[in-house]
Amino acid sequence: MSYLPPGLPIPVPENDGLDKPYWDAARRGELLVQRCNACGAFQWGPEWICHKCLSFDVGWHKVSGKGRIYSWERPWHPVHPALKGHGPYVVVLVELPDADNVRMLGNLLGDPQQEVRIGAEVEAVFEAHDDAKPPFTLVQWKVS
Amino acid sequence: MSKRTLRGQAAIVGVGETTYWRHGKSPHSEFKLALQAILAACEDAGLDPRRIDGFASYSNDRNEPSRIAAALGLPALRFSNMNWGGGGGGGSAAVGNAAAAVACGMASCVVVFRALAQGQFQRFGAAPPGGVASGEQALNAPYGVMSPAQRYAMRAMRFLHENKIAPTAQRAIALASYHHAQANPRAVMHGRPLTEEAYDSSRWIVEPWRLFDCCQENDGAAALIIVPAEQAKDFKHAPAYVLASAQGSEYRNGARSHNAPLYATSSFTTVAPQLYDMAGLKPHEVDVVQSYENFTGGVLMSLVEHGFFKAEEANAFLTTENLIAPKGKLPLNTSGGNLAECYMHGLELQVEAVRQLRGQSTSQVAGAEVSMVISGPMVTPVSSMILGAESTL
Repeated sequence: MSYLPPGLPIPVPENDGLDKPYWDAARRGELLVQRCNACGAFQWGPEWICHKCLSFDVGWHKVSGKGRIYSWERPWHPVHPALKGHGPYVVVLVELPDADNVRMLGNLLGDPQQEVRIGAEVEAVFEAHDDAKPPFTLVQWKVS
Repeated sequence: MSKRTLRGQAAIVGVGETTYWRHGKSPHSEFKLALQAILAACEDAGLDPRRIDGFASYSNDRNEPSRIAAALGLPALRFSNMNWGGGGGGGSAAVGNAAAAVACGMASCVVVFRALAQGQFQRFGAAPPGGVASGEQALNAPYGVMSPAQRYAMRAMRFLHENKIAPTAQRAIALASYHHAQANPRAVMHGRPLTEEAYDSSRWIVEPWRLFDCCQENDGAAALIIVPAEQAKDFKHAPAYVLASAQGSEYRNGARSHNAPLYATSSFTTVAPQLYDMAGLKPHEVDVVQSYENFTGGVLMSLVEHGFFKAEEANAFLTTENLIAPKGKLPLNTSGGNLAECYMHGLELQVEAVRQLRGQSTSQVAGAEVSMVISGPMVTPVSSMILGAESTL
């Protein structure tokens, strides 16, 4: 059971392969962010170069999946046909303290009308969409 | 060596607009609207359209300068310029680019224009078509983050949280636009005043934004004509001199997946200081401001970043009384702006800024000599500009 109804755009890796390790890891239930092999800087979203030291040797690093809500929004107005009649949902922007506070986006699972607190501790939940073509897994968040 | 600057080197001498319609309601094609606005600006200036030799626009305007030049039978095209970036962030940049072109002799008469016919093309506030998403979209769309309101609400939410800003601050911005639209017969929301109660009871689009925090979507076109300063007095109206134009955004603003280090900004923290530096002016010397309302929270941050008040002063400063002409401390969006005049992707704000210097606004600020426009907050690149009457040169 997914948080949002089926029919929303299916995420696929970029055709240059930049973010393929992230999407492949999500299928395995692992959360990866970029980390520079030269200087150790964390980076998200993915890019071909390290913004700190300009090395092209940017690798991938598994993180714990523990985070903190940095900001949020609650969309009510449906802008996609799949969301018509669905009602509100919560989107959170989560910072990851064990990766220099890079931020990731996701839905906050649970009551869509829950009170959301900036600073609340959250953890990653892997939401598999095995029947999608192609299959994918979304990283979602729940209050821990 | 003297300082290199655009200050006072170019002027807006003509402005033109079509009728403004609700989205999808234009009886004309988008390209025809663009032509109508350009010819209206020529008529306003008293300029032979065949003197146009350049075009500047933004946000991937679909109406290409080569087609326009052919349609208008221009003797030669010398300058065609598109400012990268979506949203309305390039509105003031386009004026700056045109001014730079005429100031350095690349062209002598450049049109800045924007045209939209959303019946003919897709709306901004609808999800993009397509069954898959990749890149930045893949990290947003599957979570239901697709429209501009959904992409930017979390920037404003963080700012409101950090600075303890009350809902009344955003409300005052919406009410000021609607107030001014009631005096402006061109405004799509003319005759449809907005009360505090109607705002407070309006539906959420995306928390923290209600219906009246969000811009309209409209059909129409607007155009401005920019010439070198030494020719500026050859036309019908008093010139609006470009005192400054600045564009861009701060460090890593465009980092993907909402990773801009200074996330809770409208993207003007480095741009606004450049603007004032070029103009040689301070915020208190600005007489009237047009600030692009994609969403009221973006206006709020834009005004802070342009130094009109501090974030912690927002609750006290942002009252409707302070924002309305002619007596307010900071008359804002005096034509009704994107919220209530027309969402001409913000270019109607440049037109209104010129009107204020000519004394032609329907909500005129008495004796306005310094007129600012802030374009497209929260996107990147953003831009802003300051126009001045001859007395400011």
